[in-house]
Amino acid sequence: MTDASIPAMPAAPEKGNRVSLMEPDARTQKRKAAERRFRSYGIAGIATGIFFLIVLLISIVSSGAGAFQQTFINASVYLDPVKLDKNGNRDIADLRKVSTFGYTPLIQQAVFDKLEQNNIETPLEKRGDMKALISASAAAQVRDVVLENPDLIGETVDFRILASSRVDGYLKGRVLREDVARDKNIDSEHLDLVDALVPLGIVEKTFNIDFITGADASESRAESAGIGVAMIGSFFMMMVVLVLSLPIGVAASIYLEEFAPKNRWTDLIEVNIANLAAVPSIVFGILGLAVFIQFMHLPQSAPLVGGLVLTLMTLPTIIISTRASLKAVPPSIRDAALGVGASKMQSVFHHVLPLAAPGILTGTIIGLAQALGETAPLLLIGMVGFIASNAPDGVASGLLDPNSAMPAQIYEWAKRADPAFYERAWGGIIILLGFLISMNTLAVILRRRFERRW
Amino acid sequence: MPVLWLSAIILALAATGFVLGRGRALASVDGKSEQLHSLPSYYGSNAMMKSVFPAFGLMIVWMLAQPLFIDNRIAQLIPESEIAEGSSIGLVMSEVRRTADGLSNAIQEGYIDEADAGASADLTDITQSLKDAGQVVTNDITQPILNAAQKYRTMSSTSRTMMTVAVLLVALLGAAWGVLQSGRDFRARNVVEQGILAILIAAASVAVLTTVGIVFSLIFNTIEFFNLYPAAEFFTLLEWAPSFSGRGGASSLGILPLLWGTIYISIVALLVAVPIGLFSAIYLSEYASPRVRGITKPLLEILAGIPTIVYGLFALLTIGPLLVSVFGENGTGWMGGGRSVMTAGIAMGIMLIPFVSSLSDDIINAVPQSLRDGSYGLGATRSETIRQVVLPAALPGIVGAILLAASRAIGETMIVVLGAGAAARLSLNPFEAMTTVTAKIVSQLTGDSDFASPEALVAFALGITLFVLTLCLNVFALYIVRKYREQYE
Repeated sequence: MTDASIPAMPAAPEKGNRVSLMEPDARTQKRKAAERRFRSYGIAGIATGIFFLIVLLISIVSSGAGAFQQTFINASVYLDPVKLDKNGNRDIADLRKVSTFGYTPLIQQAVFDKLEQNNIETPLEKRGDMKALISASAAAQVRDVVLENPDLIGETVDFRILASSRVDGYLKGRVLREDVARDKNIDSEHLDLVDALVPLGIVEKTFNIDFITGADASESRAESAGIGVAMIGSFFMMMVVLVLSLPIGVAASIYLEEFAPKNRWTDLIEVNIANLAAVPSIVFGILGLAVFIQFMHLPQSAPLVGGLVLTLMTLPTIIISTRASLKAVPPSIRDAALGVGASKMQSVFHHVLPLAAPGILTGTIIGLAQALGETAPLLLIGMVGFIASNAPDGVASGLLDPNSAMPAQIYEWAKRADPAFYERAWGGIIILLGFLISMNTLAVILRRRFERRW
Repeated sequence: MPVLWLSAIILALAATGFVLGRGRALASVDGKSEQLHSLPSYYGSNAMMKSVFPAFGLMIVWMLAQPLFIDNRIAQLIPESEIAEGSSIGLVMSEVRRTADGLSNAIQEGYIDEADAGASADLTDITQSLKDAGQVVTNDITQPILNAAQKYRTMSSTSRTMMTVAVLLVALLGAAWGVLQSGRDFRARNVVEQGILAILIAAASVAVLTTVGIVFSLIFNTIEFFNLYPAAEFFTLLEWAPSFSGRGGASSLGILPLLWGTIYISIVALLVAVPIGLFSAIYLSEYASPRVRGITKPLLEILAGIPTIVYGLFALLTIGPLLVSVFGENGTGWMGGGRSVMTAGIAMGIMLIPFVSSLSDDIINAVPQSLRDGSYGLGATRSETIRQVVLPAALPGIVGAILLAASRAIGETMIVVLGAGAAARLSLNPFEAMTTVTAKIVSQLTGDSDFASPEALVAFALGITLFVLTLCLNVFALYIVRKYREQYE
């Protein structure tokens, strides 16, 4: 007990100076004020916390929503056979030899033609001036279509061409006219042109499915970067984590909760699990680098290695929650099973485990969600610093080929110099949080639906 | 993928073992399963277990040991003269491995056949055909390296064949043993349960293995680092300036500026998180009605579920520019760029709010109601009770919670990588960019697969410092929390 000494009571009020109990005296008022003050500190604390949450969410949504919209230029490209197919035999091997440089002038011409058709006055008189409007990926976009369908050569085909990231930024309010003066990639004449083209529907901003499904793009082409391939990388990592950490975690918990005798070895295990749960995630990255890459020579940047590292990291979480749900199953269940002749092992596997399953599942989902958002260990095993451009074509390649993961991809974008990538990074965060929210919601629903109170 | 096939064959053998074992057991009692000691499927499981576990165990051990063994043998083949100035045996070995992989790939794609890649091969021919096959070829392939690579390939393939044979043999023998055991008097259930228990123990030991792995990978590389760089300088030098151009030599790798950055940022983070978290916890546990509590507690805990990369980006792109607009050149002029101690510290503080609040909440709730009732009975107001009775009683626990939060802050990586800057500095100005231990671990190890230079190896020394620091904080905090909890139970 605290033995705080009670401050000496004020001397009894003098005679003739009686105050009613109904009127609080100065000291009571002071104490009540202190009470109100203290209470308001608490409210202020909570309000600040929630305020930060709201600011965080608002800044995520307001900065990231733009990534889901993309500016396109609608143009009809004349696929000139003279340029694209010199031999005229539509031989696919010959067509492949024409690089994107062959396509660029055709696209620029197509945009330029649009200006003439619509009688738009502009000081930009050359075809090459259109370059600033068009994404560097546009030529590859057209080339892919032609290679898939060589019969189109010689025809005029309507394309939705990616606009350059500056045009995109201008329409989204990221690139301002004042900034353009110092920008060597685009002039204010181009922006005038964009202003003129928007009402005609030639330049338009639409939903950007490529951001969700597409691959990352190089430093200069923010407009065509997508998170799809990194999403596949994350998916494979999560599969590895699920396949390894669920059985190992459940087995470890069963042993510790149901079978472990009280001895030094189990004490050691318990202490280890408690400590591993608090080890900084970057240390797991060092472990992965030293053991899986340096020692075992597993491929760098592979989702398999990422999955292994994240497994070790999530195991303590899963073990702790699984043990809690095993502990929640009342002993009477075990006693009843043992009473009708089951062995200890049978009582656990046939009765306790199924009853604890919803809790285990909830814990596993929460552990997976944690692993999905983890970045630091992935940096060390090399899942950043390259352009994740190729979607894997099978399970083996998905596990072993270099790939990125969603949080690593976001980090990669945040590091790049062009501010257009920041929008992509925020957009990636929206998708990542979308996954996390759905996983956590699933966990909550499972808990509500199946949780049993004994 | 031979390993995949091998696994499939083992599983098939095991399945056969299951069916045969179960059948044999049933046959031994003419199909009257009640006369068996165990349920029939236990006999099957026994056979299955005996074929799967030893086989997979052998396979894993073999695959782990094979590269070690072969590397060791090959390394002896490489003459001293092959190891160039500033290089190491490790680098030459990775060259050998790359050449061997290149040869295998070239053979697979049909550029050269097995005989050409053999011992009689000519260096220039091989290099040319490797280039034709699109393999990575450096100019460093010399005759000894090529010989070593060829030897490496033959040894690897012999070892693989031996492994396949050995593993299949073990699986087959195990299955046969299990099947032969099956009979009316065999106590199959007990054996199977022993086996399962062994698996459970093995799974529980993964946690210990992980710790051992962490400690060993840190210690070995740190020792290697201290062989190249004096430990005394690492711990006492006031300067952090790695040079990547000249290997070794001119780098000064002192940990103190990094530790200062780490601690400074953590202090800022705690100054944000502790008052907010603590007051929220007090309000939630002492004042809030269940309804308010039911809404606000999960809301605050959302902050804990947000990945750290999000806080990193928030620091870099929202807090940083905001601080610059107030304290930057147009404001007070204290701040040069968006990255600073404050930027990272505030973001980290926001992240730690729910951590502090839910831990303190638990601890405040654990203070027995009788203490409060006694205080109210003496006429104290709620706030007086909290300040003079509840908080002193909960103090050790709260200190523990703050220590845990501090350990989190020290180990946090993404926020400081994005928000704190890259230059190591010993300064008191919180608006200056500084860097931390974790941020430097990332920058020294990313994109570099060569662990021979002190500039890369220093990351392991930093890692072990970080590990020891957070471990001590955690152990101490858990000790305090646990000791306190026991007091009232």
